[in-house]
Amino acid sequence: MNPQSSQADINQEIEAAAQQPGGPQPKIDYAAYRSSVLRHPKQPLQLVDPESVELWAPAFGHRDVADDEADLTIQHAGTPLGERIVVTGRVLDGDGRPVANQLIEVWQANSAGRYRHQRDQHPAPHDPNFTGVGRVLTGADGTYRFQTIKPGPYPWRNHLNAWRPAHIHFSIFGTDFTQRLITQMYFPGDPLFRYDPIFQSITDPKSRELLIAQYDHDLTTPEWNTGYRWDIVLTGSHRTPLDLEETA
Amino acid sequence: MSAAPGQTVGPFFHLGLAYPQMNELVPPANPRAVRLHGRVTDGEGNPVPDAVIEIWQADPLGRVVRRPGSLRRDGWTFTGWGRAATDPDGLYSFATLEPGPAEPGKPAFFAVTVFARGLLDRLFTRAYLPDDAAALAADPLLSAVDPARRDTLITKRVDQGLVFDLRLQGTGETVFLSYPRLRDAWA
Ligand SMILES: [Fe+2]
Repeated sequence: MNPQSSQADINQEIEAAAQQPGGPQPKIDYAAYRSSVLRHPKQPLQLVDPESVELWAPAFGHRDVADDEADLTIQHAGTPLGERIVVTGRVLDGDGRPVANQLIEVWQANSAGRYRHQRDQHPAPHDPNFTGVGRVLTGADGTYRFQTIKPGPYPWRNHLNAWRPAHIHFSIFGTDFTQRLITQMYFPGDPLFRYDPIFQSITDPKSRELLIAQYDHDLTTPEWNTGYRWDIVLTGSHRTPLDLEETA
Repeated sequence: MSAAPGQTVGPFFHLGLAYPQMNELVPPANPRAVRLHGRVTDGEGNPVPDAVIEIWQADPLGRVVRRPGSLRRDGWTFTGWGRAATDPDGLYSFATLEPGPAEPGKPAFFAVTVFARGLLDRLFTRAYLPDDAAALAADPLLSAVDPARRDTLITKRVDQGLVFDLRLQGTGETVFLSYPRLRDAWA
C-alpha cells in the first residue's frame, strides 16, 4: 500500500467501492481507509443466540455522571473559542422504544480542529478553555442534550491532503449488550464528505445520512447558540418487550 | 427502523473514553481478584497499540449485575463492566472476579467488545473460562465453530490469572460474533 496515495487515488477507490454498495453498516474491509487493511477479520462472523449477560447492558446512574458533564463549554475558567452549539436528540432501539438512563460519551476536536491528545500533532492551536469531552445519561424518553463548540475539520495521514469532515465521536449503550455502538456525528452539508474514506466506508448513501445531524432553528437560541438535532437508532433488542418494561 | 452505522473509535479515544480505574472491576489487591489480560494483534501479528477492550460479565454466582458505578469505582461495588485501552505493546488487562455459569452445566464467559483505530465497526466475542470441559463441550457456540478455531474463544490459565489474546486478522484469527438482530446490519 502506497502511503503517499493522492486524494485522486482515494476518490477512485471510493467510487469503485460505491459500485457494489453494501448493507447499512460500514464495510470493515475498506482499503481506502489505510489503517483498516490489517485490522479487520477476514473470517465470517459467527452467528449466535445471545444469552445471560448478552441480553443485558451495564447499568449507569447519577453516581457515574454529573449533570454538568453535558456542558463542554463550562469546564474551564474562560469561555472556549468557536461557535457555541447545542446537540440533542433521542436514543431509540430498533423497535422504536426509547433507551432510558443509558450512558452517552462524546469527544471531539476544538473549533480549530485540534484534539487535546498528545498524539494529535496538527499545528492548530489548543484552546485552554476546551477539553472536548462530555458525558450524559439519557432521560426517560431517551433524550440526551449536550452544549459544546462546533469542532473544526482536521488533517490526517491516510493519504496526501487527507482531511476529516467535522465530527463528534459518540459512544452509546443500549438495553442489551448486542446494541453497543461507537460512531461519529457529522454536520449537514460538509464539503469534505465525498473525500473521506471513513465516512464513505458506509457505502449505502441512505445509511450515511443517518450520521448527519440536522440544523434545527428551534434549538437555536437568541444571542447564544445554534442547534442541531441528531436521533440515534440502535439495533433491535433481543429481550422480549415484557423484559424491557420491567427494567424501564 | 434503520440502525445508525458504526464508525471507527479513531486514534484519540483516550480523551473521551479513559477514566480512572476503568479496568479495575475490583481493586487488584482484592484477594479474589483475577487478572484477565492479553495482546491484541493485527493481520501481520503486530501489536495493536490503539484498541479499546470492554468486558461485561456475570458475578461469581452467575448473576447479571444491575448496579451502576462503573465510571466512579468505589472499591466495593462489583458492576460487571470494565474498559481497557491497549498499551504500546498491544497489551490490555483487567482486575476482576471470575464470572460464574448462568445456570448449572453452562460454561461461564466474559462478553467482550473490541474497538480500534482502523476498525470501522466494533467486534463482539466471548472469552470462556477454561475449566469445565463438559460444559464447554456442550456449549452451542463452541460446538458450532470450526474446531480449529475453537480455542480462540477460551481463556488460558496462567500464574497471574487468565490470558485472552485477540487476533483481528490472519493466522489464529479470533472468532467474532454476530447476533440475530444484527444480521441485516452486515453486508
Ligand atoms: Fe475524530
